[in-house]
Amino acid sequence: MLYFQKWKIAVVALVIAAGVVFATPNLISRDQQDALPGWWQPLSLGLDLQGGSHLLLELNTGELVKDKLEGVVDVVRGTLRTEKMRYTGLSIQHEAVVASILGGETERAAARKALRNAIPNADVDVDADGLLKVSYGEKARREMLEGALSTTLEIIRKRIDELGTREPSIQRQGSNRIVVQLPGVSDPKRAREVIGKTARMTFHLLDTETSVEEAMKGRLPPGSMLLEGMDAGPQGQKRLYVVRKKVEVTGEHLVDAQPSFDQGAPVVSFRFDALGGRIFGKVTQDNVGRSLAIVLDNKVVSAPNIRSAIMQGNGVITGGFSVQGANDLALVLRSGALPTSITFLEERSVGPSLGADSIRAGMVASLVGLALVVGFMVVAYGLFGLFADVALIVNMMLLIGGLSALGATLTLPGIAGIVLTIGMAVDANVLIFERMREEARNGRSTLSAIETGFSRAFSTILDANVTTLAAALLLYHFGSGPVRGFAVTLGLGILTSMFSAVMVTRLMVIIWARRVHPSALPL
Amino acid sequence: MFRGLKFLPEGTRIDFVGKRLISIAFSLTLLLGAGALLLTKGLNYGIDFAGGIQMEVRGQGVVDVAELRTRLNALGVGEIGLQGIGNSGREAMIRIPAFNDEVSQNAALKVIRETLGPTFENRRTEVVGPKVGEELILDGILAVSLAILAIAGYIWLRFELHFALGGMIALIHDVIATMGVFSLTGMEFSLTSVAAVLTIAGYSINDTVVVYDRVRENLRKYKKMPLAELLNLSLNETLSRTILTSGTTVLSVLAVAVFGGDVLRGFALALIWGVVIGTYSSIYIALPVLIYFNLRNTDVISDLDEADAKARP
Repeated sequence: MLYFQKWKIAVVALVIAAGVVFATPNLISRDQQDALPGWWQPLSLGLDLQGGSHLLLELNTGELVKDKLEGVVDVVRGTLRTEKMRYTGLSIQHEAVVASILGGETERAAARKALRNAIPNADVDVDADGLLKVSYGEKARREMLEGALSTTLEIIRKRIDELGTREPSIQRQGSNRIVVQLPGVSDPKRAREVIGKTARMTFHLLDTETSVEEAMKGRLPPGSMLLEGMDAGPQGQKRLYVVRKKVEVTGEHLVDAQPSFDQGAPVVSFRFDALGGRIFGKVTQDNVGRSLAIVLDNKVVSAPNIRSAIMQGNGVITGGFSVQGANDLALVLRSGALPTSITFLEERSVGPSLGADSIRAGMVASLVGLALVVGFMVVAYGLFGLFADVALIVNMMLLIGGLSALGATLTLPGIAGIVLTIGMAVDANVLIFERMREEARNGRSTLSAIETGFSRAFSTILDANVTTLAAALLLYHFGSGPVRGFAVTLGLGILTSMFSAVMVTRLMVIIWARRVHPSALPL
Repeated sequence: MFRGLKFLPEGTRIDFVGKRLISIAFSLTLLLGAGALLLTKGLNYGIDFAGGIQMEVRGQGVVDVAELRTRLNALGVGEIGLQGIGNSGREAMIRIPAFNDEVSQNAALKVIRETLGPTFENRRTEVVGPKVGEELILDGILAVSLAILAIAGYIWLRFELHFALGGMIALIHDVIATMGVFSLTGMEFSLTSVAAVLTIAGYSINDTVVVYDRVRENLRKYKKMPLAELLNLSLNETLSRTILTSGTTVLSVLAVAVFGGDVLRGFALALIWGVVIGTYSSIYIALPVLIYFNLRNTDVISDLDEADAKARP
């Protein structure tokens, strides 16, 4: 007989109450929302609705091994020199450092031992012909990459925090990528510049014996290199510098960098740690009168003349900066250099005006969709249609409440998912009502038709919905950003609609049937 | 007490399955046409898959498209497409096709932004490098294939192998036909389109499962009825529901198509097509193919009886 167990009524009431509680924050003002605890917050809006930027960047991991091997070359040279061993052909070939150790077996064994101590984590081998090979295995490379990725994440987080972005999200993706989401930043030009700078700073002496003209003709001494300047010259072409390859001091020793002014022009003042200060003091002391090039990411920022020894471990970088340029340079120097350069693979940014337009359009579409379906159900099923409509509205509330409770993000496709849910949610009720009609037609009494309608339709509803749920799960797994938002609303919508169509409508129909004792189905 | 309208007369006896040769011929033509279109004309890949730069900007006043075009073309960063969009005349869309590598793409983006300057507000910018575009294509193909397999697996679990095959055929039918429509209309095929295809798959199978459920029930109920007759009966019994649910779904999606804005319009139109093709395929493909699978052999019936016995001891 038509009967609804007490505990089931309690469950329905509880679920609806929870839905109301979690949906409420979406109806109140922003200030009131801010006063609520963290678990009780409204839906957060996706970047496509509130405006903001999504950046996907990748570490250029090839550099990582290359840099490491270049370091190894120096270590090999130094170690063999201290051990007083002779060698030839020290170079990097096929991702390995190679050289020929001269001498017999004793020399080879000594070299092997010394280099293995000097270069941890690498595969060091000297074969019977004296051929030295230093390379990094799979595991060492993975560790290198892992370390570089976490360092990059940390540095990018620091830089973004300094830009003062509200609630940024910085997450790793896969083994060598990072997703940066900046709500409210609709033009990520500056963010890209600040994030994208490797900020590897080195100080080199200028090679004053070689002119730029000679260097361009290819007559470059082995210890020098030709570098571009950061700012363009008077004719718009880049200024060129011939710079000694030898690194005098590196930016690793920087402890602070701040924007300031020097004779009215924006500059960046910096301070070295104790060791850096000592090295810098010695370099400046030994080279008074010469020019020291400040090289940032392989470009010469400026090459000021050393007027006197700088022993306090601090200095300024000039370079014709704008105020923001000086600010940003100080910022990236403070945060430290990225372990590798990075490449932006993807950008998606939405301005606030489009976001607001989208929210408005989504609201109108949802309300119109809801009104159409509600009207249709009343026309098709009369009183029972009205019950289904109440269930539909309960469903909407549960969906909004559920999404808020899960901390899900509402995106524009997510709104489309909600509207689609409106259309598909009533399917369960359509199935139930059609079944009731059929059962009544086959000669069942009214109450029995109602009961069988609900029970027989249920397995159909379950099968039909589980298959759609499978599609939603895959969408979530493979989709990104906004499409995921769609999958979440569609998936949760299926669950809430099953609950409301089966439980809530059933409860209403039973209460009605007990009061009215109907002699025929109102269908 | 008020009653609902009946959209269909009671007890329809339409012979759907009897016309299966016509419907199968129609579907084969549809699929061949779609296949030919996909092979020759292909899909109009949007920026998600093709890569490139797409910027929607809003000027402070009416945008002088010709002047802006001259300025952008002077940059020499590739073939820049520029058109005014919207009704206000203040908005313009800039498109640049895919670059060979991310570095030149980002450099182009930078000079374009510098040229636009602060007088243009960014409405939306999408920059997709070639690497990501390729990955997204693979992900999309994988997602749709897995969805079809997962759904077929579930039907196999709950019903029986024949139904799973029938459902899968209907699904593949809908997916290919939908892609064919994308190719025919030249509508942009993007990530959202993949979401639309998956949603269509979900909707279509939902429809199919409802009818299959009835077929299963009738197979138990009328053990002697010829299969074609039984399939027709099942279709007619569920016809009213099929039409009503398609109706409510189309109504809600129509609201999105009309009021949901430009971004969602293509998505909504695809879904409307999906409801049509999904409904068609459950009636005219998913059921008739069961006849060719020899569904009414003793195996199926005894399987169902066993399942029955387990369900109701």
